[in-house]
Amino acid sequence: MSGLDLIDISKRFGQVSAVDSVTLSVPHGTFVCLLGPSGCGKTTLLRMIAGLEEPSSGELRMDGDRLNDIPAHRRDFGMVFQSLALFPHLSVGENIAYPLRIRGRSAAEQAARVKDLLDLVHLPGVADRAISQLSGGQRQRVAIARALAVSPRLFLLDEPLSALDAKLREAMQVELRQLQQQLGITTIVVTHDQREAMSMSDLIVVMSKGRIQQMAKPVDMYRRPANAFVADFLGQANLIRARAGVGGAAISGGVIPGLALPSGGGTLISVRPEDIAFVAGADGPVRARVGFIRDMGASVEFHLDAGEDRIVAVATPQARPDCRVGEEVSLSIPAEACVVFGEGEG
Amino acid sequence: MRRTPPEKPADYLPIAFPAAMLGLFFVVPFAIMVAISFFERVQGGFYQPAFTLANYGRFLSAFFGEILVFSLFLAALVSAVCLVLGVPFTYLLTKLSRRVQVAWLIGLLGVLSLSEVIIGFAWSTLLSRTAGISNLFVALGLMQQPRAWTPGFAAVMTGLVYQAFPYTVLVLYPAFSRLDPSLGEAARTLGASPLRAFLTVIVPALRKTLIATFIIVFIFALGAYLLPQILGRPQHWTLSVLVTDQAIYQSNMPFAAAMAVFLVIASLVLVLLANMINRREPAS
Repeated sequence: MSGLDLIDISKRFGQVSAVDSVTLSVPHGTFVCLLGPSGCGKTTLLRMIAGLEEPSSGELRMDGDRLNDIPAHRRDFGMVFQSLALFPHLSVGENIAYPLRIRGRSAAEQAARVKDLLDLVHLPGVADRAISQLSGGQRQRVAIARALAVSPRLFLLDEPLSALDAKLREAMQVELRQLQQQLGITTIVVTHDQREAMSMSDLIVVMSKGRIQQMAKPVDMYRRPANAFVADFLGQANLIRARAGVGGAAISGGVIPGLALPSGGGTLISVRPEDIAFVAGADGPVRARVGFIRDMGASVEFHLDAGEDRIVAVATPQARPDCRVGEEVSLSIPAEACVVFGEGEG
Repeated sequence: MRRTPPEKPADYLPIAFPAAMLGLFFVVPFAIMVAISFFERVQGGFYQPAFTLANYGRFLSAFFGEILVFSLFLAALVSAVCLVLGVPFTYLLTKLSRRVQVAWLIGLLGVLSLSEVIIGFAWSTLLSRTAGISNLFVALGLMQQPRAWTPGFAAVMTGLVYQAFPYTVLVLYPAFSRLDPSLGEAARTLGASPLRAFLTVIVPALRKTLIATFIIVFIFALGAYLLPQILGRPQHWTLSVLVTDQAIYQSNMPFAAAMAVFLVIASLVLVLLANMINRREPAS
């Protein structure tokens, strides 16, 4: 076995179960995002991997070797903290050299490595500056360089970009992904930002209430969410109640032709806003009233009341349907765009 | 809150009352003391106005030099011991649950409510041969016979550290509880053992607080005049004890005042020195 393996890991704080029987394999060189709302156990899981928390039960393995009893300082993992945790009394260069100094490397080797790492994170020539002289984005890069200083076997990041403004965050997402591919380092990022997870990772692990809800490649997860929670958390989703009807599935605003549902009680289905099509004229399969229009420049969101359901549809400005708030519109929901969940879910 | 510097005299009005109180109860008495330090003592009487440097001249003797050095040494040692005990204590305290922290802090504040006299006599009893804790050790079989640990240097140190420890923790506590807990964790993930992380990251990151705490405890210990008398022998008496002795028992106000002024100057010089060392280090 190669890479990191978590086998039936649980963590309880008193009566509260923070992480509940998580089993997960992270192969070498992959970029994994642990995604979930706050309090879902993702940070606790990362801290257990780093050795900062001890699992209540279960086993951690790295390349087949048991990790549980190895203290954090002997695991040789690099970690970037949410607060960055740069040492305020040390300069940029001394911060990056800290893990090398701890390991007793020579001053010349430290200096050379600091220079290489600063070049790697596109921040050359700042080794002598104080941390307080750097901007937020620069500090971010220093924290990443420091975590990578000893070429760790595993690169862990806890909400690394949450302190940056939106534009810088997007730029850093691209950069972090490029850096990871360049180094081929196994990376685990904790985030609550689904865009971050979608854009960076090879594998997304969605967690809720201490449990893994789904593990999949970003696009697969987006197209085929395993349950209503994942559908709703990863991107926008219309969760609609449907039941088997004549020639398709019946929803309260009309019908989805060709969608076969088990007969009996209602079933929950999920449709992405961009999959809902506006139909010219008044005889589309679903009828709705425009409740609200949200124009965001690059796209336009229509909040539509279809019977008892509120459906959100997205159109590009070029294909913007000509309708106003309060008007009736016709919609078509393609059966192949729908994901059907069991009754018990959601 | 306004941020512009005051312009009109009326802008200073809010600080008029505190300034008046400070002037009346601190600056004026201090000025009187400085004045008296240049006065002449009247044998068998009190003192009379004059201008003489004779009171300061008496410092030049070896006797006062020794006492001054001992006072500074004692105060520095008390500060050092308080920091060595207080820093790990406060660090571990901030790792505990809120409720346990509050309980400890209330207990420490309780020590502050004890008067110096009570602390002195309590330790004097605890360290005595007849009723002290050495009897407990004898009962436990750890010692052959009870011993008197007071008066002595160790007893003076114990009393002073006991009295100064709550101040140490109270000054350190806010800085330690504000410290980002991930600093120590980051050091550990970077390869430092918990002890090494504490010594190479936590302590240096808080060095300004540590220096400030050292100065506060130092000045506090320099002013102690009861504990060295109760728990120490005459050779353990500090300058503060001599000030009391001269002022109350020898009725030599001018000399006592001169020593007090000297003590104030000595502490001020040390504070400024520590401040300068602190400022010369690179800004963080």
